[in-house]
Amino acid sequence: MTTIYVPCDSAARSVGADEIAEALAAALPEARIIRNGSRGMLWLEPLVEVDTPDGRVAYGPVTSDAVASLAEALPTAAAHPLRLGVTDSLPWLARQQRLTFARVGIVDPRDPDDYVAHGGLAGLRAAITIGPAASVEAVFDSGLRGRGGAGFPAGIKWRTVAQEAAEQKYVCVNADEGDSGTFADRMLMEGDPFLLIEGMTIAGLSVGASVGYIYVRSEYPDAITSLRAAITAARERGWLGADILGSGQAFDLHVRVGAGSYVCGEETAMLESLEGRRGMVRPKPPVPAIEGLFGRPTLINNVLTIAAVPFILEHGPEAYGALGTGRSIGTQVYQLAGNVLQGGIVETPFGITLRELVLGYAGGTRSGRPVRAVQLGGPLGAYLTADAMDVSMDYESVAAAGGMLGHGGIVVFDDTVDMAQQARFAMQFCAEESCGKCTPCRIGSVRGVEVIDRIIYGDAPEANRLLLIDLCEVMTDGSLCAMGGLTPMPVLSALRSFSEDFERSDHDHR
Amino acid sequence: MTTSHTPWSPESARALLVEIDEPGPVLVALQTLQAAFGYVHSDSIPIVADVFNVSRAEVYGVLTFYSDLRTTPPLDVEVRICMGEACQAVGARSLRADADALIGPSCDVQNVFCLGNCALGPAAVVNDRMIGRADASTLRDAVMATGAGA
Repeated sequence: MTTIYVPCDSAARSVGADEIAEALAAALPEARIIRNGSRGMLWLEPLVEVDTPDGRVAYGPVTSDAVASLAEALPTAAAHPLRLGVTDSLPWLARQQRLTFARVGIVDPRDPDDYVAHGGLAGLRAAITIGPAASVEAVFDSGLRGRGGAGFPAGIKWRTVAQEAAEQKYVCVNADEGDSGTFADRMLMEGDPFLLIEGMTIAGLSVGASVGYIYVRSEYPDAITSLRAAITAARERGWLGADILGSGQAFDLHVRVGAGSYVCGEETAMLESLEGRRGMVRPKPPVPAIEGLFGRPTLINNVLTIAAVPFILEHGPEAYGALGTGRSIGTQVYQLAGNVLQGGIVETPFGITLRELVLGYAGGTRSGRPVRAVQLGGPLGAYLTADAMDVSMDYESVAAAGGMLGHGGIVVFDDTVDMAQQARFAMQFCAEESCGKCTPCRIGSVRGVEVIDRIIYGDAPEANRLLLIDLCEVMTDGSLCAMGGLTPMPVLSALRSFSEDFERSDHDHR
Repeated sequence: MTTSHTPWSPESARALLVEIDEPGPVLVALQTLQAAFGYVHSDSIPIVADVFNVSRAEVYGVLTFYSDLRTTPPLDVEVRICMGEACQAVGARSLRADADALIGPSCDVQNVFCLGNCALGPAAVVNDRMIGRADASTLRDAVMATGAGA
């Protein structure tokens, strides 16, 4: 029997994967069609694969017009204008080293048996065998750092929560992936939800938390559906519940859905939102590890941080620690986005250069025009120039270059971009999304838009540039969280590196 | 979109709310009401406050904080256009500028910040359907496909 894979990833669906799957099912009623996650080569979606003795063979991007001829080719993996070859041998994939994304696009995300058949649960079994204290130390020794953006050592958080004595502790996964240019959390939740469940369960057993929450943004309906189905399946199999894998230990988890607020990706605002309130940032200390959700010790990690844990427990901290460069340990899931020819997921050890990602993997711009600016780390990240692309993509090197690695999102702009407008947008976005708790962020962002407008209009531009720099200093030093504290990053990097755009006479003066 | 919603009434709102058994329930309660009725009727505020023993001010505060929550019935077609940087890099600003004229009065056009489809932008959502590499014509087709007319 022919087995055909058509992704159910929402990016693939946005370019017609559902229609292709339906049409193939009608044309090949004998075939088994599996809706997998995406292999991460998003420019080739919908990417259809067929099982062969040599491995899966890929065809893409498949259009409705091509279905009839494709249906003839698929059963024998025959030649076709869209045939790309054996998927695993495609250079784009073959050069990557996928740990976190090892199963995404391979397994059926709805099928727990498929998860186990592809090595799932080995990390959880190892954690149960070595016990909670050794599991926490394994995470500490691995050198794993938080993938949400700040890069804080995960082991320190785990130790802190584990050491707290409390009747109730929590594990919260931050899946409020609001940064433009990032979609790795979404693809993981849609393509391999059991990995996140396994990682959270290890975290819960290790730090002594019996309840977990996944806070998913409402813009990710497919991820929410996928996670909820996986949690139900995991409960049925005893992977969650009162007696996890017969260990006698309890852990259960719940999905909570956001409501369209960017600042709820900040960990303390997320806690407020999980408690059902306005997503207002809390001052720190106390840190959530000591006083978090409902006032209890709470481990908060990003999706990708937690998803790295099963590998660490299964293969040992040394295996993970051997990857990467300097203090940036392990692999990073880079996301190529914006004006790129070949957008998608590149998982590789830290240390690859930005140039290799943007010009190598992504193949430059989709428009065919020269790359002018690259924004790293979402709306709060710096804009780098095309000349700065030799930077090594690890936490320290990017910071030294005046940027922020953040969640690994890379947004490419061609030479038609107006960087004064991008700087203005950064302030406008902050004004829109500020929780309003602290003045530098709430008021500063509004003033920032006004000052940038004056510079653009040519109203005392020199004096207003100084004012903008001063305002940015106040926001950086005086804001309660990264929202106001980092908004100056894109603004000042644009002003510094693309100064000429603030003097253009062709601005749209609306 | 509106057809799938039940008409609002205080009794049916209360019946839904008393079923909610979660810690920190106010946001979940408002999301539940919106999912059922398409919006959160302002008369729900005292009911939520009563059921969960919180102040009306707190309920109002939550209701007005989150951009997903709405207090008026939705139009037949809801178009959300991603204005994240990755989509701006491939023309989201001009798509947004064209959208109002393109789509017509039965549609509610809104900005959204990131739909997680950043490699295949510009991204847009028409009711529940996401469109990648959106342009004026695919957007109009998607609106027509809802059956609501443009």
